[in-house]
Amino acid sequence: MAARRISSLLTRSLSVSSSSASTSLFSSLGKNSGRNGIGKRFSTAAALEDLIVPPVQIAYTQNLIDGKFVDAASGKTFPTYDPRTGDVIANVAEGDAEDIDRAVAAARKAFDEGPWPKMTPYERSRIMLRFADLVEKHSEELAALETWNNGKPHEQAAKSELPMFIRLFHYYAGWADKIHGLTVPADGPHHVQILHEPIGVAGQIIPWNFPLLMFAWKVGPALACGNTIVLKTAEQTPLTALYVAKLFHEAGLPPGVLNVVSGYGPTAGAALASHMDVDKVAFTGSTDTGKIVLELAAKSNLKPVTLELGGKSPFIICEDADVDKAVELAHFALFFNQGQCCCAGSRTFVHERVYDEFIEKAKARALKRVVGDPFRKGVEQGPQIDTEQFEKVLRYIRAGIESNATLECGGDRLGTKGYFVQPTVFSNVMDDMLIAKDEIFGPVQSILKFKDIDEVIRRANNTRYGLAAGVFTKSVEAANTLTRALRAGTVWVNCFDVFDAAIPFGGYKMSGIGREKGIYSLHNYLQVKAVVTPLKNPAWL
Amino acid sequence: MAARRISSLLSSSATSLGRFSSWGRRINSFSTAAAAAIDEPIQPSIQIDHTQLLINGQFVDAASGKSFPTVDPRTGDVIARVAEGDLEDINRAVAAARKAFDEGPWPKMTAYERSRIMLRFADLLEKHTEEVAKLETWDNGKPYEQAAKIEIPMVVRMFRYYAGWADKIHGFTVPADGQHHVQTLHEPYGVCGLIIPWNFPLLLYSWKVGPALACGNTVVLKAAEQTPLSAIYVSKLFHEAGLPPGVLNVVSGFGPTAGAALSSHMDVNKLSFTGSTATGKIVLTLAAKSNLKPVTLELGGKSPFIVCKDADVDKAVELAHSALFFNQGQCCCAGSRTLVHESVYDEFVEKAKARALKRVVGDPFKMGIEQGPQIDNEQFKKILKYIRSGIESGATLESGGEQFGSKGYYIQPTVFSNVQDDMLIAKDEIFGPVQSISKFKDLEEVVQRANASSYGLAAGVFTQNIETANTLTRALRVGTVWINCYDIFDAAVPFGGFKMSGQGREKGIYGLSSYLQVKAVVTPLKNPAWL
Repeated sequence: MAARRISSLLTRSLSVSSSSASTSLFSSLGKNSGRNGIGKRFSTAAALEDLIVPPVQIAYTQNLIDGKFVDAASGKTFPTYDPRTGDVIANVAEGDAEDIDRAVAAARKAFDEGPWPKMTPYERSRIMLRFADLVEKHSEELAALETWNNGKPHEQAAKSELPMFIRLFHYYAGWADKIHGLTVPADGPHHVQILHEPIGVAGQIIPWNFPLLMFAWKVGPALACGNTIVLKTAEQTPLTALYVAKLFHEAGLPPGVLNVVSGYGPTAGAALASHMDVDKVAFTGSTDTGKIVLELAAKSNLKPVTLELGGKSPFIICEDADVDKAVELAHFALFFNQGQCCCAGSRTFVHERVYDEFIEKAKARALKRVVGDPFRKGVEQGPQIDTEQFEKVLRYIRAGIESNATLECGGDRLGTKGYFVQPTVFSNVMDDMLIAKDEIFGPVQSILKFKDIDEVIRRANNTRYGLAAGVFTKSVEAANTLTRALRAGTVWVNCFDVFDAAIPFGGYKMSGIGREKGIYSLHNYLQVKAVVTPLKNPAWL
Repeated sequence: MAARRISSLLSSSATSLGRFSSWGRRINSFSTAAAAAIDEPIQPSIQIDHTQLLINGQFVDAASGKSFPTVDPRTGDVIARVAEGDLEDINRAVAAARKAFDEGPWPKMTAYERSRIMLRFADLLEKHTEEVAKLETWDNGKPYEQAAKIEIPMVVRMFRYYAGWADKIHGFTVPADGQHHVQTLHEPYGVCGLIIPWNFPLLLYSWKVGPALACGNTVVLKAAEQTPLSAIYVSKLFHEAGLPPGVLNVVSGFGPTAGAALSSHMDVNKLSFTGSTATGKIVLTLAAKSNLKPVTLELGGKSPFIVCKDADVDKAVELAHSALFFNQGQCCCAGSRTLVHESVYDEFVEKAKARALKRVVGDPFKMGIEQGPQIDNEQFKKILKYIRSGIESGATLESGGEQFGSKGYYIQPTVFSNVQDDMLIAKDEIFGPVQSISKFKDLEEVVQRANASSYGLAAGVFTQNIETANTLTRALRVGTVWINCYDIFDAAVPFGGFKMSGQGREKGIYGLSSYLQVKAVVTPLKNPAWL
């Protein structure tokens, strides 16, 4: 299923601490929704009839190989769409095996002959910093492009995601000259040192739900560590990566260091994953596709693979919770980015003592959610990415109804054009229903009741996924118990979707292998080499 | 191909290898003295007490009731019949490990308690060094002196090393971009499936079991079908040292049945495999198709040993000899491409041949023996096939080239010179006592040729020149570079491969991350005193 990478990217996110939030996107979203909530409901389709024309031109649609924009070897192109309407925005060069070969050859040369890994880390870091500055200068166009191609609210792209993108490149630029090896205590008269070396050519495959952010999560550490890259973007959202990759070259990135190929998974993606000259693959996407990527790597040259895959993350509201805050946080945890987050809090577990009140308020909050043209100010939710996802989400809603969960609100498409889905809330969801087990990847909240902590731990962990979890409690005991017991790569306690650059992100179980962001992400792009020499009459051991 | 895990384990290495081989030099060349020993193998003074599977702290038969023979490589005779685990036994072992992990006591004990049990085990093992070394030699064919004086002490060392890590596994607190308190927890994965090879049965046991247990995981270990005995023996000792039932389960059996069941098991959270590259690919594929458990792989190699023009030829010959012939050549990091600078090449070849002719082959239980038999008939045949291929491809056979004696799996120490890069013996992992010597002209050329391999496990560099050493150290695409030494296997030195030699590292601080999950924990802060 479509377990694309989430990344809420709200720097200061959804923290419930009252003092913090004045600058947070979330709180401003909250305020907006408050204002709009009075007048408009999501059913007002007017906004959808009268679409805002995006204030940006499409300048780049070719593949970027060895520093040059080029057509696909086959000459083929594919259309990329506006999810608000399903209309074609542009035709984009369609890369396949031959284009991947060319891109890998360019990356190989830039790695083996340089200049990238032979530059000083300081020089690499300067280029990354200049790039971050350039992106900052072009934030407006980039945010418009991201929203046009993806459908996410423009305010979210401009005020949260682009700044986060810049933050990540600042962060990784800072790492470039801080990659230390170790010297190692020996058992005899030997001098032992460890070098942390770039792996070589990294193949990176990114999803459509956060096109630019996932670019930053992957390209940032790979380049900081001295690798060269072939990046395959999602076929739904190829545009922004081409734009920023162009800016990267303007910032001084040498040709061949970062190559961008647009195309489809079974052709371009598979060619990259099974390429014998690619030394590393990082993939973000669905668990099913992740398994294929790993298999291709295993069957070709055993390149190490980092996987960030699907999730069905529990959001646990304990009996001592402030219900209003919990409702708001749980709402955000699920509906953010049209529900298209792989760490979406898609199983809302509510303690029986506060369950009824919670349901009422969660429903009311969903009914107030402002859905509409993502370019419009104050809109909280845009369209789903494409017709396939749209149909799939509606299918899961029908499955929820048929399995006898209580549909509290929503449940249908919104308007008649594009891929808008009503914010949907189910209560009385049982663990064995499809909507409680599968990753829906849409604006569908599933609320479940629990009685005690042991039970909720068992149920929360009873999934093949293990990406993230939310815990909402005032009790330090409950927080500590849940923090250790939940088999998930991130536990947000009284917050959700906090995506600082330094916080590692990744999954237990079938949610993935490895971690991105933070100091941990550097390991994905470094080989470890032990170097040993004998010592004669050493002064110390 | 048989890319079994090497691990020379010579703590002070070249020096001790030097010592080690000097025993041999006193004795005569392999063609004479040793043959007598092979006719009448020394009877090991040890009983085989344990041949069953060890599941949930109990010795049990295989669910199927089946058993398989394990043989003495000196003769091909059966030593014992061992319970043959397959899918059903793996299921039982995983269930026991699952329970010991999910319900405890192992991960719920304090790290200090875990470390105490590991230290007690190391002490017990040390007390039983002789029996264990005999068992290892009997089942594997490696020289007893090597097992008793180097390998078992190294296993003891390894468990003490990882016992010390148990209570030093730190997470981080993390600087935040806003008003949040961020910490990371390093947690055990859960049930680890560990698959070990036959070339260093106990050492590889310690490389995997040590860090897995120190980090709080529970284990299902599959031993190689050629060498199941010592793992069962020491696991019994581990329980005597206080290891709770279910924490460490040992299943003997074959790869396609027991190994595959472990690799594709939905309740196993982590795999670590040491063996051939071809099998490693299968293991990773099975993990990918089942539950995406992360996999650590230590696979094959074709490691270059580079002798530069400024080398002291006598020392280089001795080091290159031990780099290849150690453990009957059955090391995945064997220095199996000896690349010699043209200015010293002729002298090197002469002396390498002379050294190989002096290598003492014979009953590994005899003192002073440097080389025992290969592990089994399959490996034995494979090596002889490679030797024939070397001859047919026009390499010069300097010494050896045939079976040694007429019984068991002994092979003459074999040296080829004039080996070209495109010959099979220069490309494939032979995993036997066959040294391939090639000539090179300059550094750039040797870097390019050394790296032109699908493997990237290790490399040896022999030079007095610091420029050369530094250049080669960075340029070689391998996980370990030994400069003027080889096969140094200290507990703290990480080991693992670039390219198709593997993924991840074992030993040292790096070995821990193979057995730890990372969990980020975030909470908001109200009016923090600092950020």
